[in-house]
Amino acid sequence: MRDIASFIALNRFGMGAAPGDAALIATDPQGWVLNQIMPEIRVPRLYRTRQRSDDILRGIYEARAESREAGSEATRVAYRSEFNPSLVTRARLTIASNTPFVDRMTLFWSNHFTVSNTRRIIAPAIPAYEREVIVPRIFGRFADLLKAVVRHPCMLVYLDNATSMGPASRVGRAQARRGNPHALNENLAREILELHTLGVGGGYTQADIVSFAKVISGWSHGGVRYRPGEHVVHGGFEFRRDFHEPGPKTILGRTYDENGEQEGIDVLDDLARHPATARHIATKLVRHFVADDPPEGAVDQIARVFLDTDGDLAEVTRAVVQLNQAWADPLAKVKTAYEFVIAVHRSAGRIRATRQDIFQPLRLLGQFPFTAPSPQGWGDTAAHWIAPEALMRRVEWARRFSARLPSSLVPQQFLDDVIGPVASDAVHTWVGRAPSPDAALALIFASPEFQRR
Amino acid sequence: MHRRFFLQAASAGLLASMGGTRLAFATTPGDKRFVFIFLRGGLDGLHALAPVGDPRYAQLRPNLALEASQTVSLDGYFGLHPALSGLAPLFEANEMAFIPAASTRYRNRSHFDGQNMLENGSGRPFGARDGWLNRAILGLNEGDRRLGLALGPSVPLVLRGSADIQTYAHSPLPEVDDDFLARLGNLYRNDPVFAQAFRAAQGAADPAMAGMIDGPLANQDFAVSARVAAEYLVRDDGPRIAVMEMQGWDTHIGQLGRLNRLLSGLSQGITDLRAGLGDAWQNTVVVVASEFGRTAAENGNYGTDHGTGGLAMVAGGAVSGGQIAGDWPGLSARSLFEGRDVAALNDCESIFKAVLIGHLGLDEGYVERVVFPDSQTSGPMHGLIRT
Repeated sequence: MRDIASFIALNRFGMGAAPGDAALIATDPQGWVLNQIMPEIRVPRLYRTRQRSDDILRGIYEARAESREAGSEATRVAYRSEFNPSLVTRARLTIASNTPFVDRMTLFWSNHFTVSNTRRIIAPAIPAYEREVIVPRIFGRFADLLKAVVRHPCMLVYLDNATSMGPASRVGRAQARRGNPHALNENLAREILELHTLGVGGGYTQADIVSFAKVISGWSHGGVRYRPGEHVVHGGFEFRRDFHEPGPKTILGRTYDENGEQEGIDVLDDLARHPATARHIATKLVRHFVADDPPEGAVDQIARVFLDTDGDLAEVTRAVVQLNQAWADPLAKVKTAYEFVIAVHRSAGRIRATRQDIFQPLRLLGQFPFTAPSPQGWGDTAAHWIAPEALMRRVEWARRFSARLPSSLVPQQFLDDVIGPVASDAVHTWVGRAPSPDAALALIFASPEFQRR
Repeated sequence: MHRRFFLQAASAGLLASMGGTRLAFATTPGDKRFVFIFLRGGLDGLHALAPVGDPRYAQLRPNLALEASQTVSLDGYFGLHPALSGLAPLFEANEMAFIPAASTRYRNRSHFDGQNMLENGSGRPFGARDGWLNRAILGLNEGDRRLGLALGPSVPLVLRGSADIQTYAHSPLPEVDDDFLARLGNLYRNDPVFAQAFRAAQGAADPAMAGMIDGPLANQDFAVSARVAAEYLVRDDGPRIAVMEMQGWDTHIGQLGRLNRLLSGLSQGITDLRAGLGDAWQNTVVVVASEFGRTAAENGNYGTDHGTGGLAMVAGGAVSGGQIAGDWPGLSARSLFEGRDVAALNDCESIFKAVLIGHLGLDEGYVERVVFPDSQTSGPMHGLIRT
């Protein structure tokens, strides 16, 4: 590897150094990253055999319309046939990717808009949600990304909005008559404000949350049946007027007149361009690309670009890549477990990763995709990832994985290729003294330099 | 921290607990068994089998030399390290032989090259991509039966090749040996985040000292491997050839405690094999070898550095034991290779050939042509296998 900037490009912005990456970067590491910011990100052809999310979900809903058991069985089948194979493909694509910055930004936004597999019925469709909703918009407008995410059945079910109904809606009143007055669910509204847009301390109140929940009451999907005999039509978004709370609602001091489905769109558009949102997103981006403790100046800078461009993520991302602070300390960040596993596989080059090669370490290291413990997603600081047992598992997995690498890998050369410009004397020394080539490779994988980015 | 406690639990009825592993069993294999135990890192032969009868020994190793009284005397000249005393009964029963001054044809001092040499059998560090034992298996039954068993997470080079090999690893993530952790501690020293987590995982010990602590978990993997190997090999339809590895023999620093522990683990593994194999032990040969030996003299860190002539061991009911086999050059200044190492007078290839031809019945021409090409100068060692 040529220099520290190459290391930063490949690890902080990429997903780890792979053989041949140095040639791609040539003499312009930052340019290599910037060139990956493209208006249209295409879904890779490897996914062409996978179903679309509304087909997956329609199949499950249809089965559930027959019986609860049939629904559970259809969910299990779809989980096996869609969820797991998609994750293998996803990991392999990133391992082989020539545009790893795209993969990284996908992970970033997918984590920002976390959906986890705890809600079994939508779990099989989560990878499809990511590739249909997140991937095409990572360099688009934030407002479009936000709206697409919130309208997706995976998010609507994960955060309990699919059956949320306004107390004064037609169905809500009927529920109240049956002694069930608490039909409005605030979860999605709260998490949008707290996690997706304004952020904690973003200036909203509990009253804002309730109003917002009323605004998006009725945002549901084609699989929710509320009248016996009604058929499942599709597995996509559906606005159910019968669930929607009528009348004007006030959020953050602005009143939105009754306008059905459009109310939610208008609120999301306003939230997307709110200064608190700009600051929240900027903070997360700077934390991801500069330091666990994001420096104020850099956050200000990115937030300003966010506001000035009306949330144009291509411009915002470009500004992040061009932050001087992002190119200062090459080892400021720690790789998450997923990033670590992918980076090890990338460095190994020609080895084709089996499903077990991918799934086992992700399970053992505690970051199996789409299993984040809460809607907040995975943590993005060293403290989240380098705990004693977690570190030992990384070491143990690396030690074992290295034993399977081809003996043609020469450790010192490998060291230069993956962490050369940032490798400490200690790494050079102890890799040189390692008792076997695979122990040497394992030391490289286990080194702080390899585990950092 | 209580990690990997299931190892103890697994020791009772290992086969019963291995429902998930799919091992293919051959239908009519012969009854000869062969186990190769690879000590990675370079065993200090002069510490395991100490030439206590040679006054030069104590001179070369003022801090490390064993006293004759500490050792189990085998022939008045060589004494067995106390941690290997469990092997003395085998020696007495003529079931064990030691071959000092042993090495491959390799004469440099790189672990990587040395291990490749011991495993690929080509006579050159990168001379072959497969292992000599895999080629031997191809010759035994054309490779259509899974005669070979690798104990550990991966198939070592010596068993890699076109003949299918069974593998058995008893835990998804085997523990890393203390030696590796000790080395790793040095990498973490200047990174507080990693150093702190690593220290906590080691139970608050100084990471750099981890290798020196007499930890009970060291080489538990090996102990389990030995018991598992016996359980498989003893079966009529089981594999016939097994390879086990032990890490951590590269003892540059503070080797007394570490070798004490490693040798006792090795000794226990061999006696466990013997116990587990029962009557099949009579048809078994176990060979223990390392990629090279260590310097005759100690270094300044209570350790020894990479050398040449090391120590090989051969055990089993099919062994013509009770002997110190091969030639011994002595420790005089003139006889040391390049003035520092025990001269390697006995080739590991000769030992392996004796086993392949004399024990497993492999055709001698095939061995010379395919298994160990270009090695005619290292003929099969005579008198090692019971006839």
